[in-house]
Amino acid sequence: MNPGDMLRILPEIVLTLTGVLIMLADASLPANAPRRALGWVAALGTTLALWASLWQLSLPAGTAFYSTVETSPFTVFFHVLICGIVLVVLLLSLDSLPAESHNQGEYYALVVLGAVGMCLLTSGIELLVIFIALEISSIATYVLACYRKESGRSPEAAIKYFLLGSFATGFLLYGIALAFGATGTTQIYELSRLLPTAQNHTMVLAAMALMVVGILFKVSAAPFHVWTPDVYEGAPSPVVALMSTAPKAATFALLLRVVYEIFPTLRSSWAPLLWCVAVLSMTVGNVAALRQQNVKRMLAYSSIAHAGYLLAAFAGLGPSGIAAASFYTAAYAAMNVGIFAVVTMVGGYDDQRSMIADYRGLIYRAPLLGGLLIFFLTSLVGIPFTAGFFGKFYAFSAAVGGNAIWLALIGLLNSGLAAAYYLRLAFVTVQPAPDTESFAKVATPTVGVAVAAALLFTVGATLVLGIIPTQALQAAETGAHTLQVPANDENPAYITEGTQQPRGNRDGIE
Amino acid sequence: MTYLNESILTVILLAPLAGAALIAILPDRGKLPAWIGLLTTLVTLGLTLHLPAHFVLSQHGFQFETSRLWIENPAIYYHVGVDGLSLWLVVLAGLLAPIGIVASWNAIHQRRKIFYALFLVQQTAMLGVFLSLDLMLYYGFWELSLVPMAILIAMYGRKDGSKAALKFFLFTFIPSAPLLVAILWLYANTGTFNFADLQILIASGGLPAGPLCWVAIAFLFAFAVKVPVFPLHGWLADTFSEAPVALAMVVAGKLGLYSMLRFHVGLFPVQARALAPWLVALAVIGLLYGACLALVQRDFWRLLAFAALSHLSLITLGIYGLTFTGWDGAIYQILNHGVVDGSLFLLLGILEARYGTSQIACYGGLAAKVPQTATLFVITSLAMIGLPMLNGFVGEFLILSSTFTGVNRGWAVAATVGVILGAAYMLWLVQRLFYGPQSPLAADKPASDLRLGELLILWPLVALMLGMGVAPSIWLPTIENRTGPPTLKGSITLPQPSLSLAASGEGQQ
Repeated sequence: MNPGDMLRILPEIVLTLTGVLIMLADASLPANAPRRALGWVAALGTTLALWASLWQLSLPAGTAFYSTVETSPFTVFFHVLICGIVLVVLLLSLDSLPAESHNQGEYYALVVLGAVGMCLLTSGIELLVIFIALEISSIATYVLACYRKESGRSPEAAIKYFLLGSFATGFLLYGIALAFGATGTTQIYELSRLLPTAQNHTMVLAAMALMVVGILFKVSAAPFHVWTPDVYEGAPSPVVALMSTAPKAATFALLLRVVYEIFPTLRSSWAPLLWCVAVLSMTVGNVAALRQQNVKRMLAYSSIAHAGYLLAAFAGLGPSGIAAASFYTAAYAAMNVGIFAVVTMVGGYDDQRSMIADYRGLIYRAPLLGGLLIFFLTSLVGIPFTAGFFGKFYAFSAAVGGNAIWLALIGLLNSGLAAAYYLRLAFVTVQPAPDTESFAKVATPTVGVAVAAALLFTVGATLVLGIIPTQALQAAETGAHTLQVPANDENPAYITEGTQQPRGNRDGIE
Repeated sequence: MTYLNESILTVILLAPLAGAALIAILPDRGKLPAWIGLLTTLVTLGLTLHLPAHFVLSQHGFQFETSRLWIENPAIYYHVGVDGLSLWLVVLAGLLAPIGIVASWNAIHQRRKIFYALFLVQQTAMLGVFLSLDLMLYYGFWELSLVPMAILIAMYGRKDGSKAALKFFLFTFIPSAPLLVAILWLYANTGTFNFADLQILIASGGLPAGPLCWVAIAFLFAFAVKVPVFPLHGWLADTFSEAPVALAMVVAGKLGLYSMLRFHVGLFPVQARALAPWLVALAVIGLLYGACLALVQRDFWRLLAFAALSHLSLITLGIYGLTFTGWDGAIYQILNHGVVDGSLFLLLGILEARYGTSQIACYGGLAAKVPQTATLFVITSLAMIGLPMLNGFVGEFLILSSTFTGVNRGWAVAATVGVILGAAYMLWLVQRLFYGPQSPLAADKPASDLRLGELLILWPLVALMLGMGVAPSIWLPTIENRTGPPTLKGSITLPQPSLSLAASGEGQQ
């Protein structure tokens, strides 16, 4: 190990230090002191981590700590995405957590420490490191889901999330163990070199299946999605904004690594599996969302559907699929965090107004929030000139490029179906509200500086990714190329050749 | 001037957006948004008039072209341009916009800011559809045009706006899913979204024929719903009876018919020819069906919706007759439909605003009370049913005669019957609204005749109907200067009636 290795995990170090600092400060502050300032510390630390990730682009791509973590444009892409999401969620939480809540310090610390796990998850190239990173991020999210423990729903959500989440990690771990059994290593590049020659083909297949299933649990793809609506409904909205995007982005990065980097030779096995899961996720998600009356449950099903659209990108061959999937995670994060920011502001911290009927006439009560809600909904529908459109566009064009035309067609028809429930909510917000007592009492949500910044970020990101996506797409593509995927999976010789190159000498790196 | 010629289309696209942004920034005070909207649309109209003024008749292909790389991979260009097909449609869109604003002047009482801002965004999207020469850009505008429309229908619907808006949105959004897949397939196989390149590549026959056939069907399906072609017209009546007048004028027809001509017949001439007999049959059925249903409607918005189905089917017939004369007639008829329908919507909107109902039975004998409205309504109706000297005649004549000589006499006769039915329901509507004994509503309700602003809009429209009827030669030469499908020009020798006519059309140019 050399000191330069530290630079390769610089964002994680910055985040860890911030988290520890917040925990210590929280413990040493007097019990009744306001802890809102800790949120700003967390935001500052996350911004620094974001800068540190961008700075890592100037490092030559390579590995560190005995080939357990790496930095490459791929990891930087996801680091920046995760740090961006966490930053926006922190800003959102600053204004939406009740001032009297005395656990705020813990909350901010957990968000930041969870981000450490997510970042490490994308940069780890050793399955055990990845497993630990996944646990770090998951445990932080389990606790955060329970943050509003005075309401009954929040602990229920947390326990469901915890039980099914640990079940999923069990799958993943079992898969890792089998892969280890087949090859004697858990280092990703070693694995991808050894697996094609592994004797026990059944064991390799089982390893792949178990790992993929474990990951699909985490990204809430159908049929492993049953926990999602309950958890999203019960957890506080800012936490949902976080856990529906950041851990998902990290886990999708892991899925990309697993299928494209470890098991590219098994494409004929995992591609049909992901095809089915993609179709099932979008259909189940959209059909179930049509019937929801609770906005957060509806968005939970919508996130299942979006996981399906994202999985469609995996039908794309090589870098085009990876780039499309990476871009989709970013586009989805921008609009989903945005819409949950609006939902947080409208519904309030304790979700008093979370039914669709409560949104009636929102645009007249709070024109800004109502307008933004419609904007994010159009993006989720996938209307051009918003992030959602290009996300879908790239995902499905990757699928068409990979000759999965039916998948693209089913996906786009599904997005037509999805328009029905997104627009139902959008139209409710523009309907004139009846001037009854109950409506008169509803206070107009006030938008503070931090939330305004959060909304500005998400709107900006949604528009930029929808109108001038070139730069983000280039970043995703550069990242995809560093994942070193064989263009043609029928040719294992190429894979061995590719992985035997020293990591530092790869081309396609800035 | 060259610089202006290159950037004029971009300016036309951005002008309504700038107006929308201005409305969004300024406070919602009184009629301020309406004034800004009117000003913006008048400026846009002025800008669109630059196009026919500087359109070079002797020059083939697209003019005022601009092409800039927008996104590198996949290569999407900001590529806009006009030819004889889109030129007057752009002007028509520009013309209908201020009319829409005037129609909303008194009808929209509240939340003017949202209304006019979204109306202008809708304007940009519509102009974008006519101007785009890159398939992705085109698709972008095509989809974008749905959103403001749906939101405005939901907000300002007469009774149950959200339901009609949802119906409208889903009906048009879901068919665009196969359209996008088809566009992506084309890109995956050709590597370009550029209209002209695709036209050449498809004509050269390098693409597999089987999938290409499905691609052509996907294109057609999306456009046919938007037109709408029978039996895909389920959304039309609800949308017409719910949508604010300004939007109902633009919702049907133009976009879908233009797209059929440009992107279905234009890109896939071979596949279009294979499907043409079916479409001719559907068009004639739609023509008769729409006319019959229009005869029995009790609500004049619904009557207008089925009348529109009938008229749009006639235009579809002109397009899929696949004759040059038919296409001239179809394009001319799209313009007529825009002008006549705009005027009818305005007049019926005025009636509904004055009397508060759209039930035909409540009216009767209005001519004595509102003579100017009656006069204008009668002229517009006559234009709609195709009286010689008025614009409807030119388009209908071109379409029907080309169908008779170039396609099939039986269908032509059936279509003519439909046109006669059209005269029947329109004249009967005029009779029920304006003549006969005065209804209690007409007698009791004191209602003023047309106001100055309304007259200022309607008389020019009527003059335009007359002008287009008397002197079609002003418009037709430009319309004929369009980029047709390449294969039709090359295959003149085939012994098909449509093609021999195509050849003669070619010769005349």
